[in-house]
Order: sequence, then structure tokens, then C-alpha cells
Amino acid sequence: MAKPKIATASLAGCFGCHMSILDIDERILKLIELVDFDKSPIDDLKKFTGRCLVGLIEGGCANEENVHNLKYFRENCDILISLGDCAISGGLPAMRNSMPLKECLDEAYLNGPTVYNPSGKIPSDKEIPLCLDRVYPCHEIVKMDYYLPGCPPSADTIWEALVALLNNKPLDLPYELIKYD
Amino acid sequence: MSDSLQQKIQEICQSSNNDRVRMMDIVQGVQKELGCVSSEAMSIIAKATKSHHVEVESVVSFYSFLSKEQKGKTVIRLCNDTVDRMKGCEKVAEALSSELGIGFSETTADGKITLEYTPCIGMCDQAPAALINDVVAPSLTVEKVKEIVQNLKKDADPSKLSLGIGDGNNVDSLVRSAVKNNILKTGDVIFTDNESGKGLENALALKPEEVVEAVKVSKLRGRGGAGFPTGLKWQFTRSAEGKEKFVICNADEGEPGTFKDRVLLTEKFDLLFEGMTIAGYAIGAATGILYLRGEYVYLKKFLEAKLQERRDQGLLGDSIKGKDGFNFDIRIQSGSGAYICGEESALISSCEGLRGDPKTRPPFPAQKGYLASPTSVNNVETLCSATRILEKGSDWFLSIGSRESSGTKVLSISGYCKNPGIYEVPFGTKVFDLLKEVGAEDAKAVLVAGPSGQFIAPNEFSRVICFSDLGTGGAIIVFGPKCDLLKAVHEYMEFFVEESCGYCTPCRVGNVLLKKKLEEIMEGNGQPADLDYLQSLGESVKKSSRCGLGQTSPNPILTTLKNFKPLYEALVKVSEDGMQPTFDIRAALGDAEQAAERKSVLYTD
Amino acid sequence: MSEKMITFKIDGVEIKAKVGQTIMQAADEAGVYIPRLCYLKDLTPHGSCRVCTVKVNGRCQTACTEPAVDGAEVENKTEEIEGIRRDIVDMLFVEGNHFCMFCEKSGNCELQAEAYRLSICAPKFPYLFPARDLDGTHPDIFIDRNRCILCGRCVNASRDVDGKTVFEFVGRGSEKKVAVNADANLGDTNMAITDKAADVCPVGAIIKKRVGFAVPVGKRIYDEKPIGSDIEAKS
Repeated sequence: MAKPKIATASLAGCFGCHMSILDIDERILKLIELVDFDKSPIDDLKKFTGRCLVGLIEGGCANEENVHNLKYFRENCDILISLGDCAISGGLPAMRNSMPLKECLDEAYLNGPTVYNPSGKIPSDKEIPLCLDRVYPCHEIVKMDYYLPGCPPSADTIWEALVALLNNKPLDLPYELIKYD
Repeated sequence: MSDSLQQKIQEICQSSNNDRVRMMDIVQGVQKELGCVSSEAMSIIAKATKSHHVEVESVVSFYSFLSKEQKGKTVIRLCNDTVDRMKGCEKVAEALSSELGIGFSETTADGKITLEYTPCIGMCDQAPAALINDVVAPSLTVEKVKEIVQNLKKDADPSKLSLGIGDGNNVDSLVRSAVKNNILKTGDVIFTDNESGKGLENALALKPEEVVEAVKVSKLRGRGGAGFPTGLKWQFTRSAEGKEKFVICNADEGEPGTFKDRVLLTEKFDLLFEGMTIAGYAIGAATGILYLRGEYVYLKKFLEAKLQERRDQGLLGDSIKGKDGFNFDIRIQSGSGAYICGEESALISSCEGLRGDPKTRPPFPAQKGYLASPTSVNNVETLCSATRILEKGSDWFLSIGSRESSGTKVLSISGYCKNPGIYEVPFGTKVFDLLKEVGAEDAKAVLVAGPSGQFIAPNEFSRVICFSDLGTGGAIIVFGPKCDLLKAVHEYMEFFVEESCGYCTPCRVGNVLLKKKLEEIMEGNGQPADLDYLQSLGESVKKSSRCGLGQTSPNPILTTLKNFKPLYEALVKVSEDGMQPTFDIRAALGDAEQAAERKSVLYTD
Repeated sequence: MSEKMITFKIDGVEIKAKVGQTIMQAADEAGVYIPRLCYLKDLTPHGSCRVCTVKVNGRCQTACTEPAVDGAEVENKTEEIEGIRRDIVDMLFVEGNHFCMFCEKSGNCELQAEAYRLSICAPKFPYLFPARDLDGTHPDIFIDRNRCILCGRCVNASRDVDGKTVFEFVGRGSEKKVAVNADANLGDTNMAITDKAADVCPVGAIIKKRVGFAVPVGKRIYDEKPIGSDIEAKS
């Protein structure tokens, strides 16, 4: 029987949650025995090669490309997990949510004290994804099945969650593993 | 600030003896004089009353008729209650806005006129209506408001407007209001001839305990909505320890759709004041306070004159009716626009010159109320009924109404009906009998007891108005076959969000969340699970809120979920692909497209 | 001791209480923890957060304000009550902007700790992302209203313990916030770092400057043991 597949993505995140996946240390060998990695920054696969059991999503949605990617994951994964505070709440990038986008862009590209921008324009190249009006937690864009809090979630948290899911067990994190920082 | 203004503020404080308990009177006075209570004014008030700047700000920022920011000399407050919207308030709003050249919550460039919305002002029987400063402008039309604005531009004094002529005491020289009473059905207890003074006379012939007993035997229960047995409340207040005791009349009816106390205050003030005096005698109080909602301030001078007449006749003051040792007087405390102050302990906070936050219970007002003294807070209609009980006897009262709900109920009926107005009916009256009477037999829904009560459907119109079935403070709002019920539910949730005092978490946050979810469903973006979400969140808010507001505010949603579920079910659908229908990528990209001056290539229209 | 004692039950377990004690006080002494946020021993109970909601003879009441009554049956750790508490804690999280990942109160924060204790992985309500203001004008104390849960501890402590009334609530409903006794800023008040009001904030809304992040992750108050463990250790 083929091994179930796992995919991962980092949207508006810092890759810290992915570092935490790697932090499971030697257990990664066991993990490889249990699953195959599909689309993920870890193996640099850009497209899904087939249906995945689990998709781990780091980061919230700050721009249109994040939305596109997240929807792509929803279409191809049976179970989607918000991995870490940014996926769950928008996290640090969501600090901009209490002000209008225009104000943020003006500060970043026009008015900030350290800005050097002779064009006097906000970058608008078609290669650069457009920002959303605010940063959205993943579950506001697509249905998410599980949430693993933490910044990042600890390697143990990720391990416990994956093992439970792969063994069809309920996901009950013990006290020490539910952390928001 | 000029020296003369500073002095004026100090004089206003002085006229309330620099007493911080009278903070409401002080800040109302300053608001009237300055058009605001500025930070500088707060400092002067704080110094005069030996309180703190932030405490004055705390009060000012709580009430919607008070403001830190400068308002126009004239403030037009258009009522945008659901019934007013049924009756064309939106068109009137447009006319006001275009005639003044400003939007709502704005002031004209010359600083003269401010335009605002306000929730129910107790005029649903003559909607749409507005308050222009203290003046009530009922039965508005587009033509009427154009004329009003033109006249206000010439003369800012709204009392000079010709708004029509009211009836009954509304034509009294101290009222001079265009308001109509619309008493369409009289009953045996309130709107009937009575022998004025007889109730008090009979009471004074009894021992105070016997008066309490008479009210207990009559089974009179509170008419404001909660239905607490009045005699028991008086007994608790009477037997509680305290040097001083107080009677407070709750004339802060703010439940959307209620206006019966307005009419009782206009026409039956003698019954009321007599009832307060009887209550004072029964519980051993020397002071009564009539808490008059800010919207009814147009009645204040008139009521004060009536109190003075009673003083002159020896019906208030020392040794009333020659009864040695029985001294009792009444003062009027006006509110400033806060629905929550209809909750008895919030009302007490407001009387004490504080924010209208409800108090922690226990202790209950009967033990520790106004200024920590035992206090009985009773509704206007309750006190009027008490007078009649003392006049005609408990048995007479028991013979009216139904077995467990004695007496009559004065109802304010409005909305989709031919004859909106005041109806006094015996308890035990069926809803469809009411509908026949008001001319609304084809009603689709009836909201009994206002938004904090329940929406009922035609299959429940055989239910009866009484404490064991449909209890009500008196608001009955009828919805016609073409009414959009969910729109009304949404308006009521907006109302509760606006009027929550914010003290406790579930009411402050929960109502916002309920309203938000309802909006998603109404926009067609809801899913079946959202109905469970509304149900469970609504129940949490009801169970864990601190006072009656939060304990009932989810009712518009919960009772329509129960009685009109198909309305919701027709709007929700399962999202098969796992995408959230509430997320609108095109809307989310709008700001960025504008800033980047290009359209998205990934998500096109 | 001649103090009159009464007996009542919490989740079926008999608890003794002195007459006049609240359910919370009696439970604390008996080693039964009732989750709470606005309540702080020695301050007037505020009864605003509603986290300590319990059922007393079938009616919801807050344990911090409700007197213990002889023979009462109190429900504390039932599915229904825990559900209500989860809703309330979720509401507080979505109402403000709680960025735990960089908050110096993290690990010692009572809101966070109650959420941990209730095993909350993510709030079930949508984040409201309000615009809230900061006040760094005071030399020693910083206010971040993004984190304020309107518990009233600072208001009560400043008024009743410090005798200063530096804080009071202004506005109502969702506009309600803690204001300071000045035209604008905390720096213009007579607040001192030694004030009780500087010590009582359950979250990171009132923070002392220059002392943050002193304790490493893993050693902070709620890193290993749930909030209330100290009370439960008594039983």
C-alpha cells in the first residue's frame, strides 16, 4: 500500500514553523517511513503530484498569491492544518490590520524615514502579488480542519499531531504543548 | 475658554451644590450651555465637585446626549427604530440630509445644526419622529422636514417651530407639544375615572405594613417587564436596614416599541405621584425620584409644576395630609440617552451621577440601592396601579385580569397596523384579539415585549398576554406579510450592540459577533453550521451576561431561529469545495489595485 | 473560633464556608479552582469578565460576587460551564489584538493561561482587529490598549488602594476603554511605578518599562503548570 502523502506551504509566515518541522530531529527518519512528502519547500516540489492526506499551512494570507496557494492546498489535501499563530490569527503580519493598506504602503514605499525611492511610486510590477486589504487567518479563506498554535509550534506538538492523524486518533494536545508563543 | 464661560460652568455646578451625586444635572447643564462638555469643562467640573477629570469624562462619554465634541446649537435626532423605518424614516433621513447638506453624525459648516440618528424615542405610534433638541417632531414627512430645516436656518430655536398640535395635556402651556396620546382602548385600572387622592387617604389610614400587605394580596407585579411582585419588593425595602430609604420611579422606558409611560406621564401623573407617595409611606422613604428618560424631557417643566401643585395642596412635603411624621417629596432626575438605564440598578447608578453601569447583585436595590440605602424601583404603570389598589381594594384588583396575573396591562402597539396607539387590556387577552382590534389580522409576526422579548408566528397568536405566557413591559410590534423579518432582527441587534454598556464580556463582544454572523447569513454567505453557531453563541450570551440587557439581547435571533427557521434555512448552503463564501477576493484586492494602479492578473472580475 | 460556618457543594464535593464569603473565596480556601480573570484577591470583585460563571442551584452566577449559601449546589467543571468559559475567553481574544508571540507578558499572562487551561487551540470567533492606541508617555509605565480586557483591576486598585483614580472607564459598549486622569496621556497623571495599579494587570496592557523578558521561556509562571495549580495543591 502506498504511503500517505504530506504537503506543506509557507504563506505569510517566516518559515519558523518549517524550521520547527525539521526540529523533530531523528524522528524525521521515522516520519519518512510513515509518509511521503509532496508539494513542499522541503523538497521544492512546485506542484502536487497527487492527492495528499495532510497539508500543513504556515502563515496567513497577506496577498493574492497566498490565497491562490491556500486554495490549491484545499483542493488537493484531505486534512488542512493551520500550523502556527500566523496561520491561525494572521500573526505578526496582521499588526497592519488595524490600519488601511494604503497607509502601510505609503509608509513602506513613500514616507518612511529610511525610504529611498526616486520613482515616488508604490511598486506595481505584475510579478509582485497584490496585497489583500488586510491579513486573513487561513480559516477565513478556506475551511481548516485543525489548529496547532505556537510561534512556532514546538517540534513535539507537530510530531504528536501527525502521529495522531496518521493513526486515526483524536488530536488531544497535552497542556505543555498548547502554547501561543 | 473665556472667564465668563468658566464662571458659567462654576455656576452650573453651584446650582447643584457642587454635589458629585448630581453630576447628571451638572453635565446636562453644561452640555446645554456650551453644546459640549469639553475637556476643559471637565476639569472645572471635577474641581468644583471634588471628583476627577476622568470620572467626569467617564459619565459624559457614556450617554449619547452628552458629548466631548462640539455639537450644533440645534441637534436633530431622527429616530431610526424599526417601526420608524417601516413608516418611511429612510426617505425622511435623505430629505434631512440633502436639505442640510450634511450626513448623519455631522454638523453644518456654520456649526449651527447637528444631524444624528437615535434609537426609539417612544413615538412609534406617530413614526417617523425626531427630537429637535428637547422638542418632539412626530409624524414626519419629506415635505415637513424640508419646512423644518428652512425654519431652523432662520431661527435656531426649535420651540418656535409649528409642528402641529397634540391632544390632551400635550397642549398645556408647559408642554406645547405636537405629540398625540392615541389612547385607543381604555380599561378598568389606569385609563378610567378615579377618585383622586382616595388611594393615598386610604393608605394613610392603614399602618405601612398593612399597605404592603394590601399590595401583596393584590398580586400586583412589576409592569416594566421583569414582573417582580411589587408587594414583596416593598416589603424587602421596608425591612432592610438603612437610615434613609428611597422610592424611585423608572420612567426610562427605552424598549423599542414602548411608549405607554409617555402617555401615563402626560395624562396620569396624579395616579403616579400618588402611587409614589403611597410607596414612600409603605416602605418608610422620605424621598422619591422620578427618573425621566432624556427623550421625555419635554414633559419635565409640566411635571415639575404638577409636583409643585401637590406640595401646595399638602400632598407632598412634611406631614402629608396632616399625617404626623410622614414627610415625602419627589424630585425629577432626567436621563441622557441610554437604554441600559431602564435596568433598575443602572438607573440607580445614573441617579447617583455615575455611568449607567448596572450594579453587582447581590446586594439588590431593596437592600442597598441609591447611595447604598434600601431603594424600591418601580415602573410608572406599577405605581399607578398601586394607587388604584389602595383606592378600590385588593379584591377589586384581583377580580380583573387572569388568575395569576391580576389587573390590566397598558400596551403600546405599533408597526404594521391600522390603529397604532395605547391599549389597556386585562391580562389574559389573546394576541389575535389584539390584532383584530388594531387592524392587523394578516400579520406575519408579532414581536411581544420588544426586541428583548420574542417574535411569535401566526400559529402562536392564540397565546395570551400574562406573566405565565407572554410577559411584556408593554411593547407590541406587528409585522406585516411583506416585512423582511431578518432585516428587523438585524436592526435590533444593531440596537443592542449600540446600547450595551460594555461592562461584561458576553454582552459587549457576543452581540457584536452575533450581528456579524447574521450579516454573513443575510448576504447569502452563510452555511448550515452557522445556525448552530448563532444558537450556541446566543445561549452563552444569555446565560453569562451580567444584567437583563445581555440576558435578553440574543432573543431577536433566538426566537426567529425557533419560530421562523425557514427564513434562515433559505439563505444558507453547504460549501462543497471547502472555500469560505464570506471571503471575497475581489473586494479584498480593491485597495491594492488602487494603490498599484493596476488590476490583478490572478483574480479578474 | 466562633465564626458561623455553612456547607455547600461544588460539583458534588462538600465545601465549608464562613458566612458572608463568596463562592470564590470559599472554593479557593478549599482548594477548588474556579477559573477567573477580573477577580483579584484584595480588590473589590468586579464581576465583569464572567469567566468565573458557575451554576448555583441551576442559575448562572459569577463565583466572585455570589455569596456562598448553605446547602447550595454549585456546578463548576461541567461541559456546559466550560463551554461558556471557552466562549468568553475566545471573545476576549478576538476582541483585542493579542500578539502573544512578542508580548512580554506571554507565559505570565492570565488570559493566555486560562485559554491554555481550557485547551483552546484557536478561537472559534472571527478576529475583530480593532484599532487601539498605545501610551508610552510615562517614564516607567507603558499602556498597550490592544491587550486590554477591561477587567477593571487597574481602575479599582488606583481608586481604592492607591487613592489616586488614575484610571476610569470611558465610552460604552464596544467603544468602552480605560482612560487616564488627564487630558490625554498617562505621563500627565500622578501614577507611580510603586502604585498597586501598576502591578495588577492580568494581561500585558499595563507594563513596567525595562523589566520585560527577564525570565526565560520554560521558567515562566504558566509554562508548565496550569493557572490555578497553586490553589488546587491545597486540596
